[in-house]
Amino acid sequence: MAERTPAQRVALARQSGRPGTVEYIDALFTDFFPQRGDRLGKEDGSILGGIALFHGRPVTVIGHRKGKNLEENMRCNFGMPGPEGYRKAQRLMLAAEKFDRPVITFIDTPGAYPGLEAEAHGQGEAIARCLAVMSRLKVPIISVVIGEGGSGGALALAMGNTVLMLENAVYSVLSPEGFAAILWKDSARAKEACDVMKLTAQDLVELKVIDRILPEPEGGAHTDPQAMVKAVDEALVAALRKPPADPAAHRYRKFRAMGGQFVNLEK
Amino acid sequence: MNTRFSGRKQRMLRLKVLREGQAVPVHRQQTQDVFTKCPACGEAVAKVQLAKSLYVCPKCGHHQPVGGYLRLAMLLDHGTFQELDAKLTAGDPLHFPSYGEKLANQRRRTGLADAVVAAKGRIGGNPVVVVVMDSRFMMGSMGVAVGEKIARAANTARRTKVPLIIFCASGGARMQEGILSLMQMAKTAEAITQFQDAGGLYISCLTHPTTGGVTASFASLGDITLAEPGALIGFAGPRVIEQTIGQTLPEGFQRSEYLLEHGFVDAVVPRNQLKPTIARLLRLHSKGGTVHG
Repeated sequence: MAERTPAQRVALARQSGRPGTVEYIDALFTDFFPQRGDRLGKEDGSILGGIALFHGRPVTVIGHRKGKNLEENMRCNFGMPGPEGYRKAQRLMLAAEKFDRPVITFIDTPGAYPGLEAEAHGQGEAIARCLAVMSRLKVPIISVVIGEGGSGGALALAMGNTVLMLENAVYSVLSPEGFAAILWKDSARAKEACDVMKLTAQDLVELKVIDRILPEPEGGAHTDPQAMVKAVDEALVAALRKPPADPAAHRYRKFRAMGGQFVNLEK
Repeated sequence: MNTRFSGRKQRMLRLKVLREGQAVPVHRQQTQDVFTKCPACGEAVAKVQLAKSLYVCPKCGHHQPVGGYLRLAMLLDHGTFQELDAKLTAGDPLHFPSYGEKLANQRRRTGLADAVVAAKGRIGGNPVVVVVMDSRFMMGSMGVAVGEKIARAANTARRTKVPLIIFCASGGARMQEGILSLMQMAKTAEAITQFQDAGGLYISCLTHPTTGGVTASFASLGDITLAEPGALIGFAGPRVIEQTIGQTLPEGFQRSEYLLEHGFVDAVVPRNQLKPTIARLLRLHSKGGTVHG
Protein backbone atom coordinates (compact mmCIF):
# COMPACT_ATOMS: atom_id res chain seq x y z
CA MET A 1 0.00 0.00 0.00
CA ALA A 2 1.11 3.53 -0.80
CA GLU A 3 2.47 5.89 1.86
CA ARG A 4 0.22 8.91 2.20
CA THR A 5 -0.63 11.46 4.86
CA PRO A 6 -4.18 11.41 6.26
CA ALA A 7 -4.90 14.74 4.51
CA GLN A 8 -3.83 13.26 1.16
CA ARG A 9 -6.20 10.36 1.70
CA VAL A 10 -9.03 12.76 2.51
CA ALA A 11 -8.35 14.49 -0.81
CA LEU A 12 -8.33 11.16 -2.65
CA ALA A 13 -11.54 10.02 -0.95
CA ARG A 14 -13.22 13.17 -2.30
CA GLN A 15 -11.52 13.07 -5.72
CA SER A 16 -13.98 13.62 -8.54
CA GLY A 17 -13.96 10.64 -10.86
CA ARG A 18 -13.49 8.23 -7.96
CA PRO A 19 -15.87 5.30 -8.44
CA GLY A 20 -19.04 5.74 -6.40
CA THR A 21 -22.05 3.64 -5.47
CA VAL A 22 -23.47 3.87 -9.01
CA GLU A 23 -20.26 2.53 -10.58
CA TYR A 24 -19.98 -0.34 -8.11
CA ILE A 25 -23.62 -1.32 -8.57
CA ASP A 26 -23.22 -1.25 -12.37
CA ALA A 27 -20.06 -3.32 -12.31
CA LEU A 28 -20.73 -5.81 -9.51
CA PHE A 29 -24.41 -6.65 -9.85
CA THR A 30 -26.80 -7.72 -12.56
CA ASP A 31 -30.49 -7.08 -13.01
CA PHE A 32 -30.51 -4.10 -10.58
CA PHE A 33 -34.03 -2.97 -9.80
CA PRO A 34 -33.99 0.39 -7.99
CA GLN A 35 -36.58 0.85 -5.24
CA ARG A 36 -37.55 4.45 -4.72
CA GLY A 37 -39.31 6.55 -2.13
CA ASP A 38 -39.86 6.40 1.61
CA ARG A 39 -43.64 5.74 1.31
CA LEU A 40 -44.17 8.79 3.50
CA GLY A 41 -44.09 11.44 0.82
CA LYS A 42 -40.65 11.76 -0.74
CA GLU A 43 -37.89 10.21 -2.81
CA ASP A 44 -34.36 11.13 -1.74
CA GLY A 45 -31.89 10.85 -4.61
CA SER A 46 -28.85 10.86 -2.35
CA ILE A 47 -29.50 7.26 -1.35
CA LEU A 48 -29.67 4.69 -4.11
CA GLY A 49 -30.98 1.26 -3.33
CA GLY A 50 -32.76 -1.76 -4.71
CA ILE A 51 -32.68 -5.45 -5.44
CA ALA A 52 -30.01 -7.01 -7.62
CA LEU A 53 -28.23 -10.25 -8.33
CA PHE A 54 -24.74 -10.75 -6.95
CA HIS A 55 -23.17 -13.74 -8.65
CA GLY A 56 -26.68 -14.95 -9.35
CA ARG A 57 -27.92 -14.49 -5.80
CA PRO A 58 -30.57 -11.89 -4.89
CA VAL A 59 -29.27 -9.19 -2.54
CA THR A 60 -30.45 -5.78 -1.40
CA VAL A 61 -27.94 -3.07 -2.17
CA ILE A 62 -28.02 0.44 -0.69
CA GLY A 63 -25.50 3.26 -0.97
CA HIS A 64 -24.91 6.99 -0.84
CA ARG A 65 -24.94 8.65 -4.25
CA LYS A 66 -23.08 11.92 -4.87
CA GLY A 67 -23.56 12.38 -8.62
CA LYS A 68 -20.94 12.85 -11.33
CA ASN A 69 -21.67 16.33 -12.67
CA LEU A 70 -23.18 19.47 -11.23
CA GLU A 71 -26.70 18.63 -12.35
CA GLU A 72 -26.49 15.17 -10.79
CA ASN A 73 -24.78 16.60 -7.71
CA MET A 74 -27.73 18.90 -7.18
CA ARG A 75 -30.23 16.09 -7.64
CA CYS A 76 -28.34 13.92 -5.15
CA ASN A 77 -27.69 16.83 -2.79
CA PHE A 78 -23.95 16.02 -3.04
CA GLY A 79 -24.52 12.73 -1.27
CA MET A 80 -26.02 14.28 1.85
CA PRO A 81 -29.25 12.44 2.64
CA GLY A 82 -32.25 13.82 4.44
CA PRO A 83 -34.49 11.79 6.76
CA GLU A 84 -36.46 10.58 3.73
CA GLY A 85 -33.36 8.81 2.42
CA TYR A 86 -32.76 7.05 5.71
CA ARG A 87 -36.41 6.02 5.93
CA LYS A 88 -36.17 4.58 2.43
CA ALA A 89 -33.09 2.65 3.53
CA GLN A 90 -35.03 1.25 6.52
CA ARG A 91 -37.83 0.14 4.21
CA LEU A 92 -35.37 -1.61 1.90
CA MET A 93 -33.57 -3.35 4.75
CA LEU A 94 -36.81 -4.65 6.25
CA ALA A 95 -37.83 -5.95 2.81
CA ALA A 96 -34.45 -7.68 2.52
CA GLU A 97 -35.10 -9.41 5.82
CA LYS A 98 -38.56 -10.49 4.74
CA PHE A 99 -37.21 -12.11 1.58
CA ASP A 100 -34.04 -13.37 3.24
CA ARG A 101 -31.62 -11.34 1.12
CA PRO A 102 -28.25 -10.21 2.47
CA VAL A 103 -27.79 -6.42 2.56
CA ILE A 104 -24.75 -4.80 0.95
CA THR A 105 -24.17 -1.11 1.65
CA PHE A 106 -21.76 1.38 0.07
CA ILE A 107 -20.73 4.31 2.25
CA ASP A 108 -19.80 7.59 0.59
CA THR A 109 -21.18 10.74 2.19
CA PRO A 110 -19.83 13.95 3.72
CA GLY A 111 -22.63 13.51 6.30
CA ALA A 112 -26.38 13.79 6.70
CA TYR A 113 -27.71 17.08 5.33
CA PRO A 114 -27.84 19.86 7.94
CA GLY A 115 -30.86 21.71 6.60
CA LEU A 116 -34.03 23.28 7.91
CA GLU A 117 -36.41 20.82 6.28
CA ALA A 118 -34.23 17.84 7.22
CA GLU A 119 -34.45 18.87 10.88
CA ALA A 120 -38.19 19.55 10.69
CA HIS A 121 -38.69 16.06 9.29
CA GLY A 122 -36.59 14.41 11.98
CA GLN A 123 -33.07 13.81 10.71
CA GLY A 124 -31.95 12.51 14.11
CA GLU A 125 -34.93 10.19 14.48
CA ALA A 126 -34.48 8.78 10.98
CA ILE A 127 -30.81 7.93 11.60
CA ALA A 128 -31.59 6.49 15.05
CA ARG A 129 -34.29 4.32 13.52
CA CYS A 130 -31.82 3.08 10.86
CA LEU A 131 -29.51 1.98 13.67
CA ALA A 132 -32.40 0.25 15.43
CA VAL A 133 -33.44 -1.54 12.23
CA MET A 134 -29.89 -2.72 11.62
CA SER A 135 -29.60 -3.84 15.26
CA ARG A 136 -32.50 -6.22 14.73
CA LEU A 137 -31.99 -7.30 11.13
CA LYS A 138 -31.88 -11.09 10.80
CA VAL A 139 -29.96 -11.11 7.51
CA PRO A 140 -26.24 -10.38 7.19
CA ILE A 141 -25.11 -6.83 6.39
CA ILE A 142 -21.84 -6.14 4.57
CA SER A 143 -20.74 -2.50 4.47
CA VAL A 144 -18.02 -1.07 2.26
CA VAL A 145 -16.65 2.41 2.96
CA ILE A 146 -15.72 3.46 -0.58
CA GLY A 147 -15.09 7.20 -0.20
CA GLU A 148 -16.06 9.55 2.60
CA GLY A 149 -17.59 8.06 5.72
CA GLY A 150 -18.87 11.19 7.37
CA SER A 151 -20.48 11.04 10.79
CA GLY A 152 -23.87 9.61 11.74
CA GLY A 153 -24.99 9.98 8.14
CA ALA A 154 -22.47 7.29 7.21
CA LEU A 155 -22.95 5.05 10.24
CA ALA A 156 -26.69 4.96 9.50
CA LEU A 157 -25.89 2.53 6.67
CA ALA A 158 -22.68 1.05 8.06
CA MET A 159 -23.58 -1.26 10.94
CA GLY A 160 -22.28 -4.26 9.04
CA ASN A 161 -21.44 -7.75 10.25
CA THR A 162 -18.43 -7.10 8.09
CA VAL A 163 -17.20 -3.57 7.47
CA LEU A 164 -14.70 -3.24 4.62
CA MET A 165 -12.86 -0.06 3.73
CA LEU A 166 -10.92 1.03 0.69
CA GLU A 167 -7.31 1.98 1.31
CA ASN A 168 -7.83 5.69 0.65
CA ALA A 169 -11.34 5.99 2.04
CA VAL A 170 -11.82 7.89 5.29
CA TYR A 171 -14.34 7.35 8.09
CA SER A 172 -14.72 9.79 10.93
CA VAL A 173 -16.96 11.28 13.58
CA LEU A 174 -17.18 14.52 11.57
CA SER A 175 -15.54 16.03 8.50
CA PRO A 176 -12.05 17.37 9.30
CA GLU A 177 -13.38 20.89 8.60
CA GLY A 178 -16.26 20.46 11.04
CA PHE A 179 -13.97 18.86 13.58
CA ALA A 180 -11.54 21.81 13.47
CA ALA A 181 -14.44 24.26 13.66
CA ILE A 182 -15.88 22.61 16.77
CA LEU A 183 -12.66 21.94 18.61
CA TRP A 184 -10.54 24.94 17.64
CA LYS A 185 -13.18 27.32 16.23
CA ASP A 186 -11.21 27.41 12.98
CA SER A 187 -12.20 25.25 10.03
CA ALA A 188 -9.00 26.29 8.23
CA ARG A 189 -7.08 23.95 10.53
CA ALA A 190 -8.65 20.91 8.80
CA LYS A 191 -5.26 19.51 7.79
CA GLU A 192 -4.15 19.49 11.39
CA ALA A 193 -7.42 17.78 12.30
CA CYS A 194 -6.72 15.00 9.78
CA ASP A 195 -3.54 14.15 11.67
CA VAL A 196 -5.18 13.64 15.06
CA MET A 197 -8.57 12.23 14.04
CA LYS A 198 -7.46 8.68 13.19
CA LEU A 199 -9.66 8.54 10.12
CA THR A 200 -7.63 6.39 7.73
CA ALA A 201 -8.34 2.73 7.02
CA GLN A 202 -5.08 1.77 8.74
CA ASP A 203 -6.08 3.62 11.92
CA LEU A 204 -9.54 2.10 11.91
CA VAL A 205 -8.36 -1.45 11.46
CA GLU A 206 -6.08 -0.94 14.47
CA LEU A 207 -9.02 0.43 16.49
CA LYS A 208 -11.08 -2.59 15.33
CA VAL A 209 -13.76 -0.33 13.87
CA ILE A 210 -13.38 -1.94 10.45
CA ASP A 211 -12.54 -5.53 9.59
CA ARG A 212 -10.41 -5.30 6.49
CA ILE A 213 -8.64 -2.84 4.19
CA LEU A 214 -9.04 -3.27 0.45
CA PRO A 215 -5.85 -2.04 -1.26
CA GLU A 216 -6.35 0.46 -4.07
CA PRO A 217 -4.47 0.77 -7.36
CA GLU A 218 -1.24 2.77 -6.97
CA GLY A 219 -2.66 6.20 -7.83
CA GLY A 220 -6.04 5.65 -6.16
CA ALA A 221 -9.30 3.90 -7.09
CA HIS A 222 -10.06 6.35 -9.92
CA THR A 223 -6.87 5.49 -11.82
CA ASP A 224 -7.97 1.91 -12.42
CA PRO A 225 -11.65 1.43 -11.58
CA GLN A 226 -11.72 -2.06 -13.08
CA ALA A 227 -9.03 -3.35 -10.75
CA MET A 228 -10.81 -1.72 -7.83
CA VAL A 229 -14.12 -3.31 -8.73
CA LYS A 230 -12.42 -6.69 -8.90
CA ALA A 231 -10.96 -6.27 -5.42
CA VAL A 232 -14.32 -5.23 -3.98
CA ASP A 233 -15.99 -8.15 -5.73
CA GLU A 234 -13.60 -10.68 -4.22
CA ALA A 235 -13.95 -9.16 -0.76
CA LEU A 236 -17.75 -9.25 -0.96
CA VAL A 237 -17.74 -12.88 -2.11
CA ALA A 238 -15.46 -13.77 0.80
CA ALA A 239 -17.61 -11.87 3.31
CA LEU A 240 -20.80 -13.54 2.08
CA ARG A 241 -19.33 -17.03 2.01
CA LYS A 242 -19.62 -17.73 5.73
CA PRO A 243 -22.37 -15.60 7.23
CA PRO A 244 -22.77 -15.72 11.02
CA ALA A 245 -25.48 -18.11 12.24
CA ASP A 246 -27.30 -15.26 13.99
CA PRO A 247 -26.33 -12.01 12.23
CA ALA A 248 -28.15 -9.75 14.72
CA ALA A 249 -26.44 -11.33 17.73
CA HIS A 250 -23.11 -11.15 15.90
CA ARG A 251 -23.56 -7.44 15.25
CA TYR A 252 -24.56 -6.87 18.85
CA ARG A 253 -21.36 -8.47 20.13
CA LYS A 254 -19.29 -6.62 17.57
CA PHE A 255 -20.59 -3.11 18.27
CA ARG A 256 -21.02 -3.70 22.01
CA ALA A 257 -17.26 -4.22 22.23
CA MET A 258 -16.39 -1.08 20.26
CA GLY A 259 -13.96 1.17 22.04
CA GLY A 260 -13.36 -1.12 25.00
CA GLN A 261 -11.04 1.56 26.33
CA PHE A 262 -12.79 2.86 29.41
CA VAL A 263 -11.34 2.80 32.86
CA ASN A 264 -12.51 2.72 36.43
CA LEU A 265 -11.55 5.81 38.37
CA GLU A 266 -9.68 5.07 41.55
CA LYS A 267 -11.34 7.36 44.01
CA MET B 1 -32.31 -1.90 58.96
CA ASN B 2 -34.10 -0.88 55.84
CA THR B 3 -34.69 2.66 57.01
CA ARG B 4 -31.09 3.04 58.10
CA PHE B 5 -29.88 2.15 54.61
CA SER B 6 -32.40 4.40 52.94
CA GLY B 7 -31.27 7.22 55.22
CA ARG B 8 -27.68 6.63 54.15
CA LYS B 9 -28.61 6.54 50.48
CA GLN B 10 -30.42 9.82 50.84
CA ARG B 11 -27.49 11.46 52.64
CA MET B 12 -25.15 10.22 49.92
CA LEU B 13 -27.32 11.74 47.22
CA ARG B 14 -27.64 15.01 49.14
CA LEU B 15 -23.86 15.29 49.43
CA LYS B 16 -23.44 14.62 45.74
CA VAL B 17 -25.97 17.32 44.92
CA LEU B 18 -24.09 19.75 47.17
CA ARG B 19 -20.88 18.83 45.37
CA GLU B 20 -22.52 19.99 42.16
CA GLY B 21 -22.67 23.44 43.73
CA GLN B 22 -26.23 24.10 42.67
CA ALA B 23 -28.22 23.56 45.83
CA VAL B 24 -27.41 26.31 48.34
CA PRO B 25 -26.53 25.07 51.81
CA VAL B 26 -28.48 26.88 54.54
CA HIS B 27 -25.48 28.37 56.32
CA ARG B 28 -24.28 30.06 53.16
CA GLN B 29 -27.56 31.63 52.18
CA GLN B 30 -26.93 34.79 54.15
CA THR B 31 -23.28 35.37 53.31
CA GLN B 32 -23.02 34.55 49.61
CA ASP B 33 -24.63 36.41 46.74
CA VAL B 34 -28.31 36.08 47.39
CA PHE B 35 -29.49 36.87 43.87
CA THR B 36 -28.69 35.50 40.47
CA LYS B 37 -29.68 36.76 37.03
CA CYS B 38 -31.89 34.58 34.85
CA PRO B 39 -29.97 34.01 31.61
CA ALA B 40 -33.19 34.16 29.59
CA CYS B 41 -35.11 37.19 30.91
CA GLY B 42 -32.31 38.93 32.81
CA GLU B 43 -34.41 39.39 35.93
CA ALA B 44 -32.83 39.02 39.36
CA VAL B 45 -34.04 35.90 41.16
CA ALA B 46 -33.26 34.90 44.75
CA LYS B 47 -31.09 31.79 44.70
CA VAL B 48 -33.19 30.17 47.40
CA GLN B 49 -36.31 30.76 45.38
CA LEU B 50 -34.65 29.40 42.24
CA ALA B 51 -33.71 26.23 44.09
CA LYS B 52 -37.26 25.87 45.36
CA SER B 53 -38.65 26.20 41.85
CA LEU B 54 -36.27 23.44 40.66
CA TYR B 55 -34.09 25.92 38.75
CA VAL B 56 -36.95 27.15 36.63
CA CYS B 57 -37.07 30.95 36.53
CA PRO B 58 -40.19 31.99 38.47
CA LYS B 59 -40.47 35.11 36.28
CA CYS B 60 -40.20 33.69 32.74
CA GLY B 61 -40.30 29.90 33.17
CA HIS B 62 -36.84 29.38 31.64
CA HIS B 63 -35.55 25.90 32.52
CA GLN B 64 -31.91 26.10 33.57
CA PRO B 65 -29.78 23.00 33.05
CA VAL B 66 -29.39 20.95 36.24
CA GLY B 67 -26.70 18.49 37.25
CA GLY B 68 -27.09 14.73 37.18
CA TYR B 69 -27.37 14.15 40.91
CA LEU B 70 -29.74 17.05 41.44
CA ARG B 71 -31.96 15.65 38.68
CA LEU B 72 -31.96 12.26 40.41
CA ALA B 73 -32.77 13.90 43.72
CA MET B 74 -35.78 15.59 42.10
CA LEU B 75 -36.98 12.37 40.55
CA LEU B 76 -36.34 9.39 42.79
CA ASP B 77 -38.35 8.46 45.86
CA HIS B 78 -36.67 9.39 49.13
CA GLY B 79 -33.91 6.99 50.11
CA THR B 80 -33.99 4.77 46.99
CA PHE B 81 -30.96 6.16 45.11
CA GLN B 82 -28.31 3.57 44.31
CA GLU B 83 -25.65 4.60 41.83
CA LEU B 84 -24.56 2.22 39.05
CA ASP B 85 -21.03 2.13 37.60
CA ALA B 86 -20.09 5.22 39.60
CA LYS B 87 -16.43 5.07 38.71
CA LEU B 88 -16.65 4.28 35.03
CA THR B 89 -14.91 6.97 33.03
CA ALA B 90 -13.26 7.72 29.71
CA GLY B 91 -9.79 6.56 28.90
CA ASP B 92 -7.92 8.39 26.18
CA PRO B 93 -8.29 5.82 23.42
CA LEU B 94 -6.84 7.95 20.61
CA HIS B 95 -4.14 9.58 22.75
CA PHE B 96 -5.61 12.88 21.74
CA PRO B 97 -3.49 15.96 22.52
CA SER B 98 -4.32 17.47 25.95
CA TYR B 99 -7.49 15.33 26.36
CA GLY B 100 -6.15 13.65 29.51
CA GLU B 101 -5.62 16.99 31.26
CA LYS B 102 -9.00 18.23 30.13
CA LEU B 103 -10.70 15.15 31.63
CA ALA B 104 -8.86 15.58 34.92
CA ASN B 105 -9.89 19.24 35.03
CA GLN B 106 -13.52 18.46 34.30
CA ARG B 107 -13.58 15.78 36.97
CA ARG B 108 -12.16 18.14 39.54
CA ARG B 109 -14.54 20.93 38.59
CA THR B 110 -17.75 18.89 38.45
CA GLY B 111 -17.10 15.98 40.80
CA LEU B 112 -18.39 13.67 38.08
CA ALA B 113 -16.55 10.67 36.64
CA ASP B 114 -17.89 11.41 33.14
CA ALA B 115 -20.84 13.11 31.48
CA VAL B 116 -23.46 10.67 32.70
CA VAL B 117 -24.83 9.34 36.00
CA ALA B 118 -26.74 6.06 36.20
CA ALA B 119 -28.77 4.84 39.14
CA LYS B 120 -31.38 2.38 40.30
CA GLY B 121 -34.20 3.61 42.44
CA ARG B 122 -37.94 4.00 42.65
CA ILE B 123 -40.36 6.53 41.24
CA GLY B 124 -43.79 6.59 42.82
CA GLY B 125 -42.92 3.22 44.32
CA ASN B 126 -42.03 1.64 40.96
CA PRO B 127 -38.51 0.31 40.51
CA VAL B 128 -36.62 1.99 37.64
CA VAL B 129 -33.18 2.43 36.15
CA VAL B 130 -32.52 6.12 35.46
CA VAL B 131 -29.65 7.55 33.43
CA VAL B 132 -28.99 11.29 33.48
CA MET B 133 -26.58 13.08 31.18
CA ASP B 134 -24.85 16.08 32.68
CA SER B 135 -24.09 18.90 30.24
CA ARG B 136 -21.56 20.50 32.60
CA PHE B 137 -19.08 17.73 31.86
CA MET B 138 -17.63 18.46 28.40
CA MET B 139 -21.03 19.55 27.12
CA GLY B 140 -22.48 16.14 27.93
CA SER B 141 -20.66 14.76 24.92
CA MET B 142 -20.85 11.03 24.27
CA GLY B 143 -17.58 9.15 24.38
CA VAL B 144 -16.85 5.51 25.04
CA ALA B 145 -17.58 5.73 28.78
CA VAL B 146 -20.94 7.43 28.24
CA GLY B 147 -21.95 4.84 25.64
CA GLU B 148 -20.78 2.02 27.87
CA LYS B 149 -22.68 3.32 30.88
CA ILE B 150 -25.88 3.68 28.89
CA ALA B 151 -25.51 0.20 27.38
CA ARG B 152 -24.87 -1.26 30.84
CA ALA B 153 -27.88 0.56 32.29
CA ALA B 154 -30.07 -0.86 29.50
CA ASN B 155 -28.70 -4.33 30.25
CA THR B 156 -29.37 -3.92 33.97
CA ALA B 157 -32.92 -2.80 33.21
CA ARG B 158 -33.38 -5.81 30.91
CA ARG B 159 -32.00 -8.30 33.44
CA THR B 160 -33.99 -6.95 36.36
CA LYS B 161 -37.10 -6.31 34.23
CA VAL B 162 -37.61 -2.69 35.21
CA PRO B 163 -38.34 0.35 33.03
CA LEU B 164 -35.46 2.50 31.75
CA ILE B 165 -35.57 6.30 31.83
CA ILE B 166 -32.87 8.40 30.19
CA PHE B 167 -32.52 12.16 30.56
CA CYS B 168 -30.62 13.32 27.50
CA ALA B 169 -28.46 16.45 27.50
CA SER B 170 -25.60 16.45 25.06
CA GLY B 171 -23.69 18.53 22.59
CA GLY B 172 -23.17 15.35 20.54
CA ALA B 173 -20.14 13.15 20.01
CA ARG B 174 -16.97 13.50 22.09
CA MET B 175 -14.61 14.85 19.44
CA GLN B 176 -11.50 13.77 21.34
CA GLU B 177 -12.54 10.12 21.04
CA GLY B 178 -13.14 10.44 17.30
CA ILE B 179 -14.59 7.47 15.47
CA LEU B 180 -14.97 5.50 18.69
CA SER B 181 -17.46 8.05 19.95
CA LEU B 182 -19.39 7.65 16.68
CA MET B 183 -19.54 3.91 17.33
CA GLN B 184 -21.28 4.56 20.64
CA MET B 185 -24.36 5.48 18.61
CA ALA B 186 -24.47 1.92 17.28
CA LYS B 187 -23.68 0.46 20.68
CA THR B 188 -26.40 2.36 22.56
CA ALA B 189 -28.99 1.81 19.82
CA GLU B 190 -28.34 -1.93 20.00
CA ALA B 191 -28.58 -2.07 23.80
CA ILE B 192 -31.82 -0.07 23.75
CA THR B 193 -33.47 -2.16 21.01
CA GLN B 194 -32.46 -5.36 22.77
CA PHE B 195 -34.05 -4.06 25.98
CA GLN B 196 -37.20 -3.00 24.10
CA ASP B 197 -37.45 -6.32 22.25
CA ALA B 198 -37.43 -8.05 25.64
CA GLY B 199 -40.59 -6.09 26.45
CA GLY B 200 -38.98 -3.22 28.34
CA LEU B 201 -40.44 0.26 28.61
CA TYR B 202 -37.99 3.02 27.70
CA ILE B 203 -38.90 6.63 28.42
CA SER B 204 -36.64 9.19 26.76
CA CYS B 205 -36.65 12.69 28.29
CA LEU B 206 -35.04 15.34 26.14
CA THR B 207 -33.56 18.29 28.00
CA HIS B 208 -31.53 21.28 26.90
CA PRO B 209 -29.53 20.65 24.75
CA THR B 210 -29.99 17.31 22.97
CA THR B 211 -28.07 17.31 19.70
CA GLY B 212 -25.83 15.35 17.33
CA GLY B 213 -25.11 11.68 17.84
CA VAL B 214 -27.26 11.44 20.95
CA THR B 215 -30.33 12.69 19.06
CA ALA B 216 -29.46 10.29 16.24
CA SER B 217 -29.32 7.27 18.53
CA PHE B 218 -30.89 6.40 21.89
CA ALA B 219 -32.58 9.78 22.48
CA SER B 220 -34.91 9.21 19.53
CA LEU B 221 -35.80 5.60 20.27
CA GLY B 222 -38.10 6.03 23.28
CA ASP B 223 -41.37 4.12 23.60
CA ILE B 224 -42.44 7.41 25.12
CA THR B 225 -40.58 10.65 24.41
CA LEU B 226 -40.91 13.65 26.73
CA ALA B 227 -39.18 17.03 26.51
CA GLU B 228 -38.61 19.87 28.95
CA PRO B 229 -39.95 23.24 27.75
CA GLY B 230 -37.67 25.30 25.53
CA ALA B 231 -34.96 22.65 25.12
CA LEU B 232 -32.86 22.74 21.96
CA ILE B 233 -33.29 19.36 20.25
CA GLY B 234 -31.86 18.49 16.86
CA PHE B 235 -29.28 16.61 14.85
CA ALA B 236 -27.31 19.45 13.32
CA GLY B 237 -26.67 22.54 15.44
CA PRO B 238 -28.45 25.77 14.47
CA ARG B 239 -25.18 27.52 13.56
CA VAL B 240 -24.19 24.78 11.12
CA ILE B 241 -27.63 24.89 9.53
CA GLU B 242 -27.53 28.68 9.14
CA GLN B 243 -24.12 28.47 7.48
CA THR B 244 -25.31 25.70 5.17
CA ILE B 245 -28.55 27.24 3.98
CA GLY B 246 -27.38 30.86 4.24
CA GLN B 247 -30.43 32.19 6.04
CA THR B 248 -31.42 32.81 9.63
CA LEU B 249 -33.62 30.24 11.28
CA PRO B 250 -37.15 30.99 12.41
CA GLU B 251 -37.86 31.77 16.06
CA GLY B 252 -38.37 28.64 18.13
CA PHE B 253 -36.76 26.34 15.52
CA GLN B 254 -35.55 23.03 17.03
CA ARG B 255 -37.12 23.81 20.39
CA SER B 256 -39.24 21.28 22.30
CA GLU B 257 -42.49 22.92 21.22
CA TYR B 258 -41.36 22.83 17.57
CA LEU B 259 -40.66 19.10 17.86
CA LEU B 260 -44.04 18.54 19.48
CA GLU B 261 -45.68 20.32 16.56
CA HIS B 262 -43.70 18.22 14.07
CA GLY B 263 -44.57 14.94 15.71
CA PHE B 264 -41.33 13.94 17.39
CA VAL B 265 -42.26 14.12 21.09
CA ASP B 266 -45.30 12.88 22.97
CA ALA B 267 -45.46 15.73 25.44
CA VAL B 268 -43.61 18.84 26.61
CA VAL B 269 -43.55 18.57 30.38
CA PRO B 270 -42.51 21.36 32.79
CA ARG B 271 -39.91 20.30 35.33
CA ASN B 272 -42.23 20.29 38.33
CA GLN B 273 -44.57 17.94 36.47
CA LEU B 274 -41.92 15.44 35.37
CA LYS B 275 -42.01 13.15 38.38
CA PRO B 276 -45.80 12.82 38.51
CA THR B 277 -45.93 12.38 34.71
CA ILE B 278 -43.33 9.62 34.76
CA ALA B 279 -45.01 7.95 37.75
CA ARG B 280 -48.26 8.04 35.81
CA LEU B 281 -46.67 6.53 32.69
CA LEU B 282 -45.15 3.75 34.80
CA ARG B 283 -48.61 3.01 36.22
CA LEU B 284 -50.14 3.02 32.73
CA HIS B 285 -47.63 0.41 31.58
CA SER B 286 -48.33 -1.96 34.44
CA LYS B 287 -49.39 -5.47 33.58
CA GLY B 288 -51.57 -7.21 36.11
CA GLY B 289 -50.55 -4.77 38.79
CA THR B 290 -46.77 -4.86 38.30
CA VAL B 291 -44.87 -2.50 36.06
CA HIS B 292 -42.94 -4.56 33.55
CA GLY B 293 -39.44 -3.68 32.56
